[in-house]
Amino acid sequence: MKKKSAINTFIGELPKNIFSGFVVSLVALPLGLGLALASGAPPISGIIAAIVGGLVCSILGGSNVTITGPGNGLVVVILSAITILGEGDMYEGYLFTLAAIVFSGILMFILGILRLGSLSNFFPSSAIQGMLAAIGIGILAKQIHVMFGNLGAKGSILELLYFIPEDFMIFIQTNDQSVFYAGSVGVVSLLIMIFYSKIRNKYFQLVPAPMWIVLVSIGMYYYFEMFSINNYPISDELMINLPDKIFGEFPQPNFSKIIDYEFISAVIAITLIASIESLLSIKAVDKLDPEKRRSNINKDIRSLGIATVISGFLGGLNVVTVIARSSVNVNNRGSNRSANFFHALFLVAFIVLFSNELKHIPLSALAAILVYTGYKLASPENIKKTFQIGSEQLIIFLVTLFVTILTNLISGILVGILTTFIIHIIINKNILLFVRNLLKPNVLMFEEDDKYFISVDNFSSFLNYSKLKSKLDQIPETEDAIIDFSMCDFIDHTVMENINSYSESFKRKGGHFEVIGLDGYKSGSKHPFALRKFVIGKPKDKNLTITKRQKSLQNIGDELRWDYKAEYKDRIEELTDFGYFRTRQINKISNTLSSKQCTLFDIEFSEGELIAKQNVKATMMYIELKKLIPQFTLDREGIFEYIIHFAGFKDIDIDHHPDFSKRFYLSGKDENKIREFFTDEIILFFESNKYYHIESNEKGLLILGNERLAGVKEIKALADFGQRLKQIIS
Amino acid sequence: MQSIKKILIGIAFSPNLKPNIFEAIRMANMFGAQLVGVHVGEKTNKKQNQLADLILEAPKLKYPIKTVWQKGKPVDVILNTAVNEKIDLLVLGALQQENLYKYYVGSVAREITRKASCSVLLLIKPSVKRVKCNHIVVNGLKDKRTTETIEASFLVSKALECKRITIVEEISQKEIEVKVSDDYSLRKANINKEKLKRREDSRVNKILGNINTEGISVKIQSIFGKRGYSIGHYAKVKRADLLVMNAPSKTSILDRIFPHDIEYILTELPTDVLIVK
Repeated sequence: MKKKSAINTFIGELPKNIFSGFVVSLVALPLGLGLALASGAPPISGIIAAIVGGLVCSILGGSNVTITGPGNGLVVVILSAITILGEGDMYEGYLFTLAAIVFSGILMFILGILRLGSLSNFFPSSAIQGMLAAIGIGILAKQIHVMFGNLGAKGSILELLYFIPEDFMIFIQTNDQSVFYAGSVGVVSLLIMIFYSKIRNKYFQLVPAPMWIVLVSIGMYYYFEMFSINNYPISDELMINLPDKIFGEFPQPNFSKIIDYEFISAVIAITLIASIESLLSIKAVDKLDPEKRRSNINKDIRSLGIATVISGFLGGLNVVTVIARSSVNVNNRGSNRSANFFHALFLVAFIVLFSNELKHIPLSALAAILVYTGYKLASPENIKKTFQIGSEQLIIFLVTLFVTILTNLISGILVGILTTFIIHIIINKNILLFVRNLLKPNVLMFEEDDKYFISVDNFSSFLNYSKLKSKLDQIPETEDAIIDFSMCDFIDHTVMENINSYSESFKRKGGHFEVIGLDGYKSGSKHPFALRKFVIGKPKDKNLTITKRQKSLQNIGDELRWDYKAEYKDRIEELTDFGYFRTRQINKISNTLSSKQCTLFDIEFSEGELIAKQNVKATMMYIELKKLIPQFTLDREGIFEYIIHFAGFKDIDIDHHPDFSKRFYLSGKDENKIREFFTDEIILFFESNKYYHIESNEKGLLILGNERLAGVKEIKALADFGQRLKQIIS
Repeated sequence: MQSIKKILIGIAFSPNLKPNIFEAIRMANMFGAQLVGVHVGEKTNKKQNQLADLILEAPKLKYPIKTVWQKGKPVDVILNTAVNEKIDLLVLGALQQENLYKYYVGSVAREITRKASCSVLLLIKPSVKRVKCNHIVVNGLKDKRTTETIEASFLVSKALECKRITIVEEISQKEIEVKVSDDYSLRKANINKEKLKRREDSRVNKILGNINTEGISVKIQSIFGKRGYSIGHYAKVKRADLLVMNAPSKTSILDRIFPHDIEYILTELPTDVLIVK
């Protein structure tokens, strides 16, 4: 029965997936042609990759709403592979690169089988950002010349960048009609890309921006052909070159260089970028999925590998998961993998039906699309964002960026990793923290009171993030999870960023994900993703950043109309009277939430002395009472942890309440007064509520749950408990 | 470890001597055992006097202390004494990393721990004043030694008047068998986990059936993590006062390079540790 209904929903959703596939194909067509051109390969190779990717991954893939095809991250690597392997002959280089693509497909498949989908976790976020920006600059530097109608620009990325103004002047002053028109088409196309999102017209928005560019440039051709007395001004070499028989003859990959050093390093670079781009995209698209499904990353990587091998044999580029086209798919209400399949079918239809029209697209128009894509990858916005997270992230970002531009991608990312590690060592002034604890399984997970509790030890950075991730992935996002960093001396930006995305996905799926133990850590900036470092003693206020937990505490305060203060206090005078603190030294108190008589607070205290000293962080509540009540401690029977200072006093049993006496351990000096104080009402209250350790010092009450920092939900429960208790007593 | 009749303590004339002796004497009295002290080195009057003074200052011993003075390699001397004197429990002190609240077992003590024929108690913070033991964490993993270890933990908790024991089952990732990659496999993995938990619980409950647990609150907790390391982490999170573990079956040089089980604990002691043999 269940299967039948699944088929029914599939058929029911088919129309909207067909539509979505159609819209995506409108984007994929110009992008595919452009990406292939920018890679130095025949334009059709991009379309082949999109078609093969759509057909294979929709059947074998493990994600739901992703679209597969040629990726922009790969442009730079493939271009350099073609140039280096071809030694001057671009077409020969293309054939060698096809062989490299086939191999990278095999490697991707193996990565998927070995479940190394988590490989990208080993790269620090800022280094990846830097690398992507470098790719963006690489694409932009090359394509901007093509956009101005100049096909001849050659040289390193820096040289290409240097010649941009010169090229622009040539474009303006040129007498060559062909170059001038091509450049104008390019500039107009770029303007369409930039202003597309700003034009709020329903009918205009029906067609995606890249498709507008295609339509406008083809329209221009037919204008000259049919209405104008002049001939079409742009010369053939500036037009796209498509083979006449597209599905007749496929180029054969040339495997004769497979043992060359250049070939091997090309395969590695292609695989690296293809898997990073795919993984980042899959992760990002999962966040967009309205049905909140979790993608099977390794299955997806395997299918991408198979698709890449097939694409390589047919003369196509690598198949990767692409974010931009996938989000177009989600926006047009694509709901399952069939949308990817239909996008491929529509591409086949376009190529078969309109191959003559497509030949009228000038290269400069496609280059404009790529200039825009490149700019997006390397936009100053990204640099600003990175800088907001912390100046050290900016260093990592820039080092990776420049090394990648000056050398190649692999050295770039390696230097990025190394820089990150060195910066971590400098920040902590401690290399042993990392060396000693690198291989330790530093993550503990257990279930307690229907909550998942995760504690992280030593340090948590990109180096050992996969251990944390594998635990976090095992928690259903509909559950409650508390992750405790209080035993962690250092948490880096990569971890903070990922933790944040977990917290978002828990929120989306109805669960609750909370980070505790970070309050009072020193951080590089006020950004929520900034790295955190533990400081001994009371930190200076200016270095402090409000953590997410503190924000939620502020919210609780607003909700309950309690007053919230994050700053540090040395002590609350009243606390020292409690027996609990007779043997414990209070170090600092923070995050106080207070109403008239109740105060909730985080406290750090130490137990023992000198060598035996141990620092403990916990959340407690203090209630000031208007009348005097007897001194007592109340605890769960069987747990004698807290009441050692009352040694010598016996458990006081209250008459007529055998159940209460059995479950609670009550002790204190003045037995009679205590018996008097514990009325039926109070006893019923304790019996019907959660266990807390409660202590009275005549003037007030101290309430604590576990001897650790409480999560937001636990704090709410504690506040509620305390208030009701106060009402009953007074 | 059915009962503890003889406790061995190594005597080094270091600043820690006083708390070490006090701790050992209290321990001996609580178990009703005889204390044997061994000093590796020369027997001098000065040392003898210092020791005698300390013992006078300490709580009175139920049985008189026996002191062994012997020159030689520390590891050999202590191990031989343990065998010759038919020792049940060997008490060793741990070292603290400079400026950090982290403790580890020194190389000599580590070798002794590995080779000792009796149970070993590693103390991270011996103290002159008594610090009460409130919470014992004991491993409940599937191993033929576990039954004895759990029994020992109850023996100790009765002697130390500890009222709370948590038996921790470490369930390794491999046992879950299903790898989580999407919603479907996540559900399956959680069902498997639940099954494993029940299986482990019933195994531990069987062991508990033969033990008198009266007056002690017992909790069974499953944790997911690396065997040997995670239990230490758990003890640290729960701030347990004593961690009781099985002795390792056999350790070779490879185990030290690729640490597992007990070796993790020795490099970073979460709390006092008792290794039951």
